[in-house]
Amino acid sequence: MSKIEKFRKEYLGRSFVTVMGLFIIFLTLAIGAFLFYKGVATFTVHGHSVGEFLFSADWAPADIGEGGTVGAAYFIVGSILISTLALVIATPFSVATALFMTEISPNLGKKLLQPAVEIFVGIPSVVYGWVGLTVLVPFIARVFSLPYGYSVLAGSIVLSVMIFPTITSVSADAIRNVPIEYTEASYGLGSTRWQLIRKIIFPAALPGILTGVVLGLARAFGEALAVAMVIGKTQAFPSGLLSPATNLTAAITADMGNTTEGSEWNDALWTMALLLLLISFLFIVLIRLAGKIGEDKR
Amino acid sequence: MKNFQRRAHAADRTATGVLYAIACLALVLLAAFIGYTFFQGIRVFEPKYLSFGREGIGTQFFNTVYLVFLSLVICLPIGISAGIYMAEYAGNGRLVRFLRTCIETLSSLPSIVVGLFGYLVFLVMTGSHWNLLAGALAVSILNLPQLTRVTEDGIRGVPEDYRQGSYALGATHWQTISKVILPAAMPRVITGIIMAAGRGFGEAAALLFTSGMSSDVNFNNWNPTSITSPLNPLRPADTLAVHIWALKTEGIDPNSGPLSDISSAVLVLMVLVFSMGARLIGRKLEQKKAGNKEQGGR
Repeated sequence: MSKIEKFRKEYLGRSFVTVMGLFIIFLTLAIGAFLFYKGVATFTVHGHSVGEFLFSADWAPADIGEGGTVGAAYFIVGSILISTLALVIATPFSVATALFMTEISPNLGKKLLQPAVEIFVGIPSVVYGWVGLTVLVPFIARVFSLPYGYSVLAGSIVLSVMIFPTITSVSADAIRNVPIEYTEASYGLGSTRWQLIRKIIFPAALPGILTGVVLGLARAFGEALAVAMVIGKTQAFPSGLLSPATNLTAAITADMGNTTEGSEWNDALWTMALLLLLISFLFIVLIRLAGKIGEDKR
Repeated sequence: MKNFQRRAHAADRTATGVLYAIACLALVLLAAFIGYTFFQGIRVFEPKYLSFGREGIGTQFFNTVYLVFLSLVICLPIGISAGIYMAEYAGNGRLVRFLRTCIETLSSLPSIVVGLFGYLVFLVMTGSHWNLLAGALAVSILNLPQLTRVTEDGIRGVPEDYRQGSYALGATHWQTISKVILPAAMPRVITGIIMAAGRGFGEAAALLFTSGMSSDVNFNNWNPTSITSPLNPLRPADTLAVHIWALKTEGIDPNSGPLSDISSAVLVLMVLVFSMGARLIGRKLEQKKAGNKEQGGR
């Protein structure tokens, strides 16, 4: 084969796909670099401390000039609270559904629940927000006789429905990967199905289930519009489940468009975006750890 | 001993019942969700809401389809190529492990963060105003990791015989990939493409600051360089999902209630169509594989 022919038949395609693969690395690094560059301006250009941003609840950034305060604790606490609560609500249902799909009735699981979970994933987040706004918020207001139903509770319930499919499908995969010998040995010793699930399947699949939980948490943390529609966007520490709150993504969506490029306020919002990026890195590290625990167990 | 057994069996029955109940609850919730969305959409339906004017969602629907189309044109070559690279050429070195981490990071990025990156790079740095192309680029970034993964999995699922047959006929590695492996993996890849398109339809957070929240389109003007032409990718364009958000949070439009009801119903309908489409193609793929097995047996 001549060199030109070889180039046409092999190297051309090969170089193209290699460049595209490398492009993804470049893109990821670029996203990280740009967000870092914009996000640190709060600290380098406007001279605030990291401690103030993370732990102070004094949020009054200036859109013109300097001298405001950028304490984002309301938003950070709101994000953590709402997504943790969503996780607490969703995890038991997700794990139970995953167990049903795999151990109790794989047939129904494949024909009904698997498609249902896929549709749940596909429903756009604004539609979740819209249903939350038109159904859940008035419902909460009526049940607890409040003037408005915008609350931490509404946000967490909407989020829990959104992360339910994530946790369910990852957990179901983890349970399916438990070796069949485990099941056979357990039945051979005369255990009931529930004993098998509780003492063998669940512990063996736990690292995978944890991966699902972390993925769900990551999705909950980064979700913007659905939560912003139902939590009321009140800048205060919520006093309970029924009081309104705010979070990082709600602050970014609400104010990014109204603030001047490069102002203290605008840069503080970029710092929030950087924080979201760092948190999603943290979740990836956690998932890797869960994976490692799983491998060690085998 | 008897007592112990009886208790174990009682626990087994209770647990089975509870798991059935939870699985049913998940199905009922989904059915109620979809039912409610459709019911609301039909209840307020009037033909004028589907028109292309101010009172309808026709423009938004067109924008959504156009944006998804553009984003697929952008991300398909990159995602599929990167998937080919990962499966065929990359090997298992340090670079690839890093690439894998990058893909994982990209897929766990909150879409609002990707939207902000798009805003910074495609709008602020190029000095342009909100436009459809920037939105399509942002959605492409969101879809890249999944497309890469689906392509890689699809290629890895192609039987080894195909490859060896191709090599035996004197094909180069690239010819084998482009003429044998990729076509064989295509059904899986197409399923992934449909899912990517579905995600594009529902995306909103990444579009708020890239393609904008409004559009001014004249459907009699088909000159693609004119700013009011529907075909111009450099005009601001709100998609259906963004439209729901704008209607529900700004709410200046007197028809905002019915319009968002109908938009949500249309979005959910599209999600259903897309997920059924993906499922149908998946089933076709299984049939095809079964067919191949029969041939092999003869």
